[in-house]
Amino acid sequence: MRTYIITKLLHAVGVALVISFVSFFLLFYTADPASTLLPENADDADIAEFEKQFGLDRPMLVQYGDFLAKVVFQGDFGSSWVAKVLVGDLIGVALWPTLKLAIAAQIIAAVLAIPLGIIAAIRRYSLVDNVTTFLVLVGQAMPLFWLGIVLIIIFGVWLKWLPVSGSDTFAHLILPAITLGSFILPLNMRLVRSGMLEVLSQDYIRTARAKGVEEGRVLMKHAFRNAAIPLVTVTGVQFGALLGGAVVTETVFSWPGLGRLAIESIQVGDFPVVQAIVLIFGAFTILANLAADIGSAWIDPRIRFD
Amino acid sequence: MAETPILEVTGLKTHFHTPEGVVRAVDGVDFTLMPGRTLGILGESGSGKSVTALSVMRLVADPPGRIVDGRIMFEGRDLLALSPAEMRKIRGGEISMIFQEPMTSLNPVYTLGDQIAEVFQIHEGMNREQAWAGATDMLEQVGIPNPESRVDDYPHQFSGGMRQRAMIAMAIACRSRLLIADEPTTALDVTIQAQILDLLLKLQEDMGMAMMLITHDLGVIAETSDDVVVMYAGEVVERLGIDTLFDDPRHPYTRGLLNSIPRLGEKFTRGKQPLEEIPGTVPNLIDYDPGCPFAARCGQAMARCHTERPPLFKLNPAHYSKCWLSEADAEGRAGVAAAG
Repeated sequence: MRTYIITKLLHAVGVALVISFVSFFLLFYTADPASTLLPENADDADIAEFEKQFGLDRPMLVQYGDFLAKVVFQGDFGSSWVAKVLVGDLIGVALWPTLKLAIAAQIIAAVLAIPLGIIAAIRRYSLVDNVTTFLVLVGQAMPLFWLGIVLIIIFGVWLKWLPVSGSDTFAHLILPAITLGSFILPLNMRLVRSGMLEVLSQDYIRTARAKGVEEGRVLMKHAFRNAAIPLVTVTGVQFGALLGGAVVTETVFSWPGLGRLAIESIQVGDFPVVQAIVLIFGAFTILANLAADIGSAWIDPRIRFD
Repeated sequence: MAETPILEVTGLKTHFHTPEGVVRAVDGVDFTLMPGRTLGILGESGSGKSVTALSVMRLVADPPGRIVDGRIMFEGRDLLALSPAEMRKIRGGEISMIFQEPMTSLNPVYTLGDQIAEVFQIHEGMNREQAWAGATDMLEQVGIPNPESRVDDYPHQFSGGMRQRAMIAMAIACRSRLLIADEPTTALDVTIQAQILDLLLKLQEDMGMAMMLITHDLGVIAETSDDVVVMYAGEVVERLGIDTLFDDPRHPYTRGLLNSIPRLGEKFTRGKQPLEEIPGTVPNLIDYDPGCPFAARCGQAMARCHTERPPLFKLNPAHYSKCWLSEADAEGRAGVAAAG
């Protein structure tokens, strides 16, 4: 198990390096910070002065090396060109709201997907199964921003039950978390359903019943643990998509997280902030994958002992 | 015989409802099993052997399967009338079952100790430590070396033969009075097969349990069984003692099975008698044929066989045959016959 985790960690470091390089490369060749940040009447000398000030006149690889060294050895992502404060400080403020939103969305998705998936599997083709399958299909087909706006109209504007922007109280979290949760719920529920259906037809389930194990325990102990293996893997892989969804959700609900910060920074061409957020999203995705790998190894001894 | 049977199955019918129609997997099965004895259930694939066993355990998946008729009396209790909770107490406690595929019959994500201990926890109300000690003890009884350390192993760390031993340990943990073994050696190597059969016979003798052994292998029957039920197309076609099976089988299907075993020393290629086979295949069990289900493959079929289903004729108290050829020798008919 230790070797397994160490190997996975080394993989993760490699992937992080690749992400940092690719994102740096893309931003380097697509962003034109001078034209975004300098006044329109700036002449060539002003631009040259600006590029010299931020070190943008150096070759791309040198800039990347400099950036990487500062991040790795000093934890320094540089300064925002627009806000003139440390990128680390901007991110520090926005990180927790995003994590809070992502965790709440995961919890909502899990709390609904697991029981619904199990019920749909044991009552296959029943009314419950058909209704949830239909709702899941609708959920999967609905764009996030649209669902967000619909929820705002219903619960914020018409019913006036919940606040629709900001992050001050727990009530503020409800609508964004439901929106983002509904983004991952359909896939999770389908996975639980198909996983349970497959596992329930296995010989060892018949063995458990032949031992006199009562049905609830057959489902939760003998079947669900086996059915959960793909769910855990997908939850890890899905985390990247969840962060992508957070960008849209945060924008719709004016949620002061990393996603909204990323959008604002892209709009004004604030290169260091965007770079840092991409890297952090990348790191979270890698960590989530790593957690999923370790999680499935913990659940399934066949992975652990390979 | 004054002794009461441990298991008495009468008129059992288990049907499966499929989009193609109703599959009569078990269609009027009767047999009796006495305490401490071994009943072999013999038949080819699709004859309804396993469904019969699963019906006794009430483990037929519903839907699509359903026990539509019959009685299953276990020590005087009608299993089909028990509540699900009462039936659960019987499963694994009084009647237990082992299956054909040791590779897939154990849960891959739990240790063997956990899976065996669970039986003690359910049926004997033991706490975790007692149950774990019991599991170790059971592994030792079924001949697994180093039981103290193997009890923490997962199924994938065991070979097929070892897994079947572990399955047996789980089945006998609560000293069941009836063990149903569904093709327990089919998936194993020949040498391991013999070990597993020996183990089953030894445990049976030690514990005095009755055994219902399902197989398509006449060799296994010969080695283990006291009485034999021959099944064909969901029906019992012949019921007889083990000696009668080899000396005086009456049903043409049973004879066909016996004649299709190669015997050491016999030459099939040059001699006049080639190794016999039963032509054709088991009929599909959806379309109900009013005649004898074996008629189409039977060398001795008469006109009557194609139109009229024979009842189970009683040749003597220990020998029944469901064939018109047995009518002349019959003392009478069994209580519940398919034709009735």
